[in-house]
Amino acid sequence: MTLSDKDLETAMADLMTPAPPTLALGVLVEVGMVDRYARFDAPIGPLVVAWNGLGVSAVEAAPDDTTFEANHLARTGRRAVRADALPAALARAIERRLGGDRQVRIDLDLRGHTDFERDVWRKALEIPRGEVRPYGWIAAEIGRPKAVRAVGTALGHNPVPLIVPCHRVVRTDGSIGQYSLGGPENKRTILATEGLDPDAMEAAARSGLRYIGSDTTHVVCLPTCRHAKRVTPPHRVPFRSLAAAAGAGYRPCRVCRPASGAIAA
Amino acid sequence: MDTDGTLLTALADDLDGSFETLVLAHQDRLFSIALRVLGDRHEAEEAAQDAFVRAYRALGSYEPGRILELRLRPWLATIVLNLCRSRLARRAARAAVARPALSLDATELGTLEPRADEAAEPAVAAARRDTRETWAALLLTLPPAYRTAVVLRHVDGLSYPEVATALDRPEGTVKAQVHRGLALLRTAFEAAQRREREEMTA
Repeated sequence: MTLSDKDLETAMADLMTPAPPTLALGVLVEVGMVDRYARFDAPIGPLVVAWNGLGVSAVEAAPDDTTFEANHLARTGRRAVRADALPAALARAIERRLGGDRQVRIDLDLRGHTDFERDVWRKALEIPRGEVRPYGWIAAEIGRPKAVRAVGTALGHNPVPLIVPCHRVVRTDGSIGQYSLGGPENKRTILATEGLDPDAMEAAARSGLRYIGSDTTHVVCLPTCRHAKRVTPPHRVPFRSLAAAAGAGYRPCRVCRPASGAIAA
Repeated sequence: MDTDGTLLTALADDLDGSFETLVLAHQDRLFSIALRVLGDRHEAEEAAQDAFVRAYRALGSYEPGRILELRLRPWLATIVLNLCRSRLARRAARAAVARPALSLDATELGTLEPRADEAAEPAVAAARRDTRETWAALLLTLPPAYRTAVVLRHVDGLSYPEVATALDRPEGTVKAQVHRGLALLRTAFEAAQRREREEMTA
């Protein structure tokens, strides 16, 4: 039997095959036009994490899929498609980050936000696990010392709480303050899992304690700074203000930079 | 092509607003090209996906004038074929590394880039199942240059000038490669059929 050219060409044309339905979705997610999302277990309960090829785009305590998808579309203009689980590498990276590892890289998709908001979030990323800073500290550190309120608003709009640790930013008077991810109680829970005692922090702040100095180094810190925590009780010197500390011959810590908070406050 | 002209205008005007249309319009052909060159569905899906992502990034970096001048079908084919080539090269490199451990087994290598005359035998088994699968298997036995030319011209249906653009080869070369490829396919197919008849009468 001899095949004509036509037979061969027909046989070849017949090899055209429909693309799998996952292909187009994969492309749109990779370029950041559509997001995927999945449930993620955090210390404060199950959360929704959304991501695309550019990075993590949302962390939210959404009651159900429909609500999340509607919220996400309204906020980002992008559709979110449920996935069974986070990509393994991303889940591991988030676990490590929540465990205090700041070296692990987690890309974030923060398109559609202002430079100011991004500056605030980037600065919040510098606060280590187990420490907190006042809103005014962020404002001063990003060169906008008068924008304390705007810093609070920007933190409230943080689309990726926990990953950007806005829970580590507290009110300048030392009280815990608001939290976008389900309210202040969640903020306390998270700070407690990071080794802090929110009740004790607030009690100390109420008693007027704002700074802690060491009478051996004559360095003064914010109370949760890792250097302040290392000072043994006999050498701890509480201060109500940086002026008082300066008067006593104490210089501000270079790590927690307490002056940043003081300028704004 | 007229629909591609409309699409190019839309892409130049609003990439994010029209990129999904491009994906939906071209996904079957990019997937088919990759599938028929690589012979593996999973790898083909990855290659096609990467190709669209690269196309998106390229389009995002082009001036509108440059987008309007694109010949979309061959341009996308070039992107996916480049990705297929690097996948084939990686496969060959992996096989070369694995070779010493495989004693003197040459069949492993034969399945990677088999020559047409060597590969007739495995195709016979496939022929019993499905003619379409047979053709797909035979196509994979062609030398890569012939295979890509035949896939673009007769699976994807590009014109000879488009195939020449996609492969960046002279049109005459491309025509010769397509004809030579089809001739090899015909010989291999007829050999497979003959063998099948012999086995049935034996």
